[in-house]
Amino acid sequence: MEELNSLLHGFSVALTPYNVTMMFIGVTLGVIIGVLPGLGGANGVAILLPLTFSMSPTSAIIMLSCIYWGALFGGAITSILFNIPGEPWSVATTFDGYPMAQQGRAGEALTGAFTSSFVGALVAVLMFTFLAPLIAGFALQFGPPEFFSVYLLTFCSFVGTGKGNPFKIVAAMMLGFAMAAVGIDIVTGQLRLTFGFTELLSGFHFLVAVIGLFGIGEILLSMEEGLSFSGHTAKINPKIVLETWKKLPRYWATSIRSCIIGCWMGIIPGGATPASFMSYGVARKVSKDGAKFGSGQLEGVVAPETAAHAAGTSALLPMITLGIPGSPTAAVLLGGLMIWGLQPGPLLFVEQKDFVWGLIASMYISNIAGLIVVLTMVPLFAAILRVPFPIIAPVIVVICAIGAFTVKNNMLDVWMMVVFGVVGYVFRKLDYPLAPMVLALVLGDAAESSFRQSMLMSQGDLTIFFSNWLVGSLTGLAMVALFWPVISRGIGRLRSAAPASPSG
Amino acid sequence: MAHNENSTQGAARTVVVDLAVALLVFALGALVAFDSYRVGASWASDGPQAGYFPFYIGFLICVCSGVVAVQALLRMRTDKAVYVTVGQLKQVMVILLPSFAYVLGVQLIGIYVSSAVFIFLFMNIAGRYSLLRSVAVAAIVSLGAFAMFEIWFKIPLPKGPVENLLGY
Repeated sequence: MEELNSLLHGFSVALTPYNVTMMFIGVTLGVIIGVLPGLGGANGVAILLPLTFSMSPTSAIIMLSCIYWGALFGGAITSILFNIPGEPWSVATTFDGYPMAQQGRAGEALTGAFTSSFVGALVAVLMFTFLAPLIAGFALQFGPPEFFSVYLLTFCSFVGTGKGNPFKIVAAMMLGFAMAAVGIDIVTGQLRLTFGFTELLSGFHFLVAVIGLFGIGEILLSMEEGLSFSGHTAKINPKIVLETWKKLPRYWATSIRSCIIGCWMGIIPGGATPASFMSYGVARKVSKDGAKFGSGQLEGVVAPETAAHAAGTSALLPMITLGIPGSPTAAVLLGGLMIWGLQPGPLLFVEQKDFVWGLIASMYISNIAGLIVVLTMVPLFAAILRVPFPIIAPVIVVICAIGAFTVKNNMLDVWMMVVFGVVGYVFRKLDYPLAPMVLALVLGDAAESSFRQSMLMSQGDLTIFFSNWLVGSLTGLAMVALFWPVISRGIGRLRSAAPASPSG
Repeated sequence: MAHNENSTQGAARTVVVDLAVALLVFALGALVAFDSYRVGASWASDGPQAGYFPFYIGFLICVCSGVVAVQALLRMRTDKAVYVTVGQLKQVMVILLPSFAYVLGVQLIGIYVSSAVFIFLFMNIAGRYSLLRSVAVAAIVSLGAFAMFEIWFKIPLPKGPVENLLGY
């Protein structure tokens, strides 16, 4: 097994004392970011990105990905103790987690959530280990049309899996592409969409957009609710942990189902949020205790948490192998890689073996580190949560401003950040999705250049996207994803039109 | 905090905001398409011109926001959902307006002094914290950031006259 050898080598890269320390620091920072309003995974990583510039790329990405795991863990704490989902993907955790906390079973809920997060992540990392080299090897044959059709598939599946108004999804996405186009055209060197402002020459930086849209936007949304919130206290001791662990094996079927849903939704860029909802919904339908869901069932915590963490982990698979991130946080990590001169994509597996396998090995270790950190430090994190909002809010604005400035040492970016904050607030309330907008801003240049190269190859003929079986099936899949709501409704009608003949 | 009678009154209806945003997005899309057309959105001797790709982006923005605007117009009579109440809007302004002032402060007198003043004023006025507590939190955050960025990581942030006086 070549993968196992590479993985063992990866462990030797990742398991230095320095890297392990970075893992613990990263996970702890990540949980803090996850529990604070306004500092989610995406903008938390964006803000902390400059701090890692002095490290080696491997240590830096290990720390950043640990922040990401920490944020995934942290979202569960606020959901269960405060009924406030710290991250969108932990909304489904509140359904049963908060009732459990109200009944005084917060410790049990938290242990269940953390452990199932860990299981979800572990399964996703296992899949990652064996699937990533395969996909990367496959993608080495890709030319510009293939890459463009993968981008197309990415964006079309946002439209197909998104719950909101598809026109709003496309509009938000295209706004992202338009922002990416601002500045100097990389092919012809012409100025585009700058309208004479020299500040716009280098375009919009997506990190600034992420910090504004998610960070400031979140603060504005939280302010609507007023300045106070209150939550339940949590005590976790080894006894509760062990008792909960004894109960968990009962839900093995739910776990496996949720892992599959999570891995699938993470690879196609549906992301962790729909995965957690879908997994909760499926568990409620299938479970014997389905009717009791919502009243504090441990199974109702296990299902969404497993799926969210599995999806969050597998979102890194297309990011590393194809250079296409599956979530906004993965996009920020991708941006980080590019800053260190590492071009994510299939070649990374050939040229940067140490880095890739070090990262994969670190995923195993850091999830164990994460589990230890969250189980032992819950009281501390709960205490952070009780810091009143009038203190948290201005401090987070300050942190966001520092983060936005350090992206390019540019004052205009700080102004831009506040404006993006207002945009984020308005868009969130109108159900314009922010994730496709951010991904379009990140991938805009790459998508455009692969499109233009394809057009050059074919002299402007769009049929190049159906010219061989590989690109044709990718484009075909993209079309199916784009029109999935229409197609599934059609199938539903066909089924309900012929219910007369009982089958099976 | 606003607890008067107006606070639960709607400041704006969702449909109206939806329509306004859609029109704004439409205008942006038109701008993108127009500027791309200006730089050339067709085929030159050496391949697609610079505006080739963005032109279609702008076009798609216009189509989608146009549909959203029409959808909003169709719901205009029936949909009475409130986008934001007066009370909520006031709350949002409590943080938004000071944030704009803060960024202006960063530009004029540097980030450390502005941050301290911003946190102090927000805690003291909006949060009604005691003078001592507000000063303490403001000082800790600002000095902490200074130590971390200027001394530890050596990442320069915007500074003003106060930092200059101290020799930075």
